[in-house]
Amino acid sequence: MAEAARPAITPTITIGDDAPPVMLQHKRVLGVSVATWPKILMPLAVGLLALAGWELAVRLQGIPVYILPGPILIAQTMVSDWGTLSGSLWITLSISLAALSAAVVLGVSLSVLFAQSKWVELSFFPYAVILQVTPIVAIAPLIIIWVNDVKLSLLICAWIVAFFPILSNTTLGLNSADHNLLNLFQLYKATRFQTLMNLRLPSALPYFLGGLKISGGLALIGAVVAEFVAGTGGSQSGLAYRILESGYQLRIPRMFAALFMISISGIVIFMCLSLLSHLTLRRWHESALKREN
Amino acid sequence: MTAADNAAAKARPAGPSARPVVAVRGVAKLFSNGTLALQNVNLDIGRRQFMSLLGPSGCGKSTLLRMIAGLGTASAGTIDWPEADHDAHGAAMPRLSFVFQEPTLMPWASAIKNVMLPLKLAGVPKEERRARAADALGLVGLGAFENAYPRELSGGMKMRVSIARGMVTKPDVLLMDEPFAALDEITRFKLNNDLLELWHASNFTVVFVTHSVFESVYLSQRIVVMAARPGRIIADLDSSAPYPRAPDYRTSPLYNDHCRRASHALEVAMGHAQGQATGAH
Repeated sequence: MAEAARPAITPTITIGDDAPPVMLQHKRVLGVSVATWPKILMPLAVGLLALAGWELAVRLQGIPVYILPGPILIAQTMVSDWGTLSGSLWITLSISLAALSAAVVLGVSLSVLFAQSKWVELSFFPYAVILQVTPIVAIAPLIIIWVNDVKLSLLICAWIVAFFPILSNTTLGLNSADHNLLNLFQLYKATRFQTLMNLRLPSALPYFLGGLKISGGLALIGAVVAEFVAGTGGSQSGLAYRILESGYQLRIPRMFAALFMISISGIVIFMCLSLLSHLTLRRWHESALKREN
Repeated sequence: MTAADNAAAKARPAGPSARPVVAVRGVAKLFSNGTLALQNVNLDIGRRQFMSLLGPSGCGKSTLLRMIAGLGTASAGTIDWPEADHDAHGAAMPRLSFVFQEPTLMPWASAIKNVMLPLKLAGVPKEERRARAADALGLVGLGAFENAYPRELSGGMKMRVSIARGMVTKPDVLLMDEPFAALDEITRFKLNNDLLELWHASNFTVVFVTHSVFESVYLSQRIVVMAARPGRIIADLDSSAPYPRAPDYRTSPLYNDHCRRASHALEVAMGHAQGQATGAH
């Protein structure tokens, strides 16, 4: 039987035959359950090993700093240049988050509109696809020319990239409501609005949250790419410009420091959205539940 | 309504003079792919009757039930509700509930919120709907599971929540589409008894779609047998026996007799026997 062959992965730890497993089941260390710790420690260990290998390679090979700085030097630069970098980080983050918020508001509103009529969806969806497949690098210069305010033009670019996953996922979700539940709502003479609020929107929630996780990363990428294209400097510039600037000035450790900060921001955004998704769905959705076998 | 009133109502047979709750007249259903799902269906369902629609798969019994529920329109014929209120446009507003084969619960809502749904849609104030939903959950024996999510309940318990949701509006007619078909036999027997108890203590009509001869005989007073291609009624059997029906009814000669006649009609419906129970119309 497959049942017998599969090793059981349970949070239960049994020591000997007479040890009560129940006592150990929910043991926590620093507020995290024993079973969760490996999930945190394993990727951390891999990351640390990779960084150590990198540092070692740079030192042993004597690679010059302007080709590839070691992680320790990058960390030192991050600390010493924190004044400039943190300002830029804040600007990039605020543009990304504003774009993500706009994508959520417009994406959800538009998908609700699409859900009202198949014809509206059929008429407008292709244009949303066009917006999605047009490379942002190609249209960013136009948007920067058309919109006078640089920050606003960056926001628009980031929004264009972040918007589609939310629109497409939420539309799919709104149309995925259980047919028998739809019948039930019809039987009880529910209005369109009641059906939307009590059935379609909750059904769409897992799909929307899936789209949100994708869009969170995309908003950051959109903000960075657009700023690369804009290439404008000054005190109001984000991390992308810091990378360009450091490249021109051959301050490679600082370039890597900015690059690291973008990656870490992306990871943090993803983790926050994953947590949001988990907290929202944990009581009912399959994706957030443990398998019972 | 008191128990004595109920007993009196159940004792009174739904004679030919009694006005039916629902009157199906010459109903046909032609699907857009050309399938004739139903042909010339005539059916009167009496007040407080427990009626089963029995037939092989594809005989249109679920289609008929859905049309009675107002989900889907008839291609020909009418479905009238002589006793029901009518709206300003003359359309009947029967007080219906529907229990599907699947529990069809909202997975994001607790048991009590699922039961409260029909009341919420009808605009019943929050306090009242909570109280009524709690009562309905108590009736199906799930008083302690108000805050459980569907995922946390067993198949039988989910079906109980679904029945509680059907009962909470105090319907005149409860339409059930093979509600226990996906459950194991022990759970099914238990739910059969609980459903009979609920029906006996209340005053609604049940139309129960099933493909099980034994289930239809055990539960109902009347069994309407349908045949497929095209879907039509081929027999209308009496299955009366006193209520409450205890499990030992399943071993009684009367039960056996009802089962034999229903099985025979079903065999005719499936074309496996040459019987005398030919077309009822």
